[in-house]
Amino acid sequence: MADLYTVNKSPFEKNSLENAIRFSGEGASVLLIEDGVYGAMAGTAVSDLVASATGRKFHVLRADLKARGISEDRLIDGVELVDYAGFVDLVVSHDKVQAWL
Amino acid sequence: MKLAVQVNEGPYQHQASDSAYHFTKAALEGGHDVFRVFFYHDGVLNGTRLTTPPQDDRNIVKRWVELAEKYDLDLVLCVAAAQRRGIVDDGEAERNGKDATNIAPKFRISGLGQLIEAAIQCDRLVVFGD
Repeated sequence: MADLYTVNKSPFEKNSLENAIRFSGEGASVLLIEDGVYGAMAGTAVSDLVASATGRKFHVLRADLKARGISEDRLIDGVELVDYAGFVDLVVSHDKVQAWL
Repeated sequence: MKLAVQVNEGPYQHQASDSAYHFTKAALEGGHDVFRVFFYHDGVLNGTRLTTPPQDDRNIVKRWVELAEKYDLDLVLCVAAAQRRGIVDDGEAERNGKDATNIAPKFRISGLGQLIEAAIQCDRLVVFGD
């Protein structure tokens, strides 16, 4: 089993997402929460970072996406939407959870 | 699965307290065991019963209390962080000569060892903060 990284910072403000991806191993998952959800949007200056990170799975918390007025059809292809129960499932199904604060 | 949660930020300042609450609630509703929620740094402000938000706003402190009552959650405030921020229970009032207490029901004040114990005892530790 692999690691789960949670990222809660906007990639336009901090480089947490970039670091999380760089330090993640093959098979790792990244969950975008809070302002981190901006990293799940297609067509931005950082979307290539996510789109080109092969071997990593990306998830985004639906409630936080909705709270910021981002519609689900603006997501980068392959990013999976989860609710809080899905967040719990991700925590359970990975070896370790590292909050990329 | 046995889970521990750490909250590092104050309510109404950062989303961490909201995220941690919704995560903890979902975990409990999903049948998982949340061994402890540890409040560190400004996170200890989640545990003052004197908080009085406007009626149309969420009451973050009360929400934790209600969740703890329903699931018998262990809500622990870091003692050093609590002392700095004026969160007081009976023991702390006595020890530090304070004339009042303000800790919310179901919360308790204890040491950082409680965080370490939770990290050791639990399968996962999930951290919310800035």
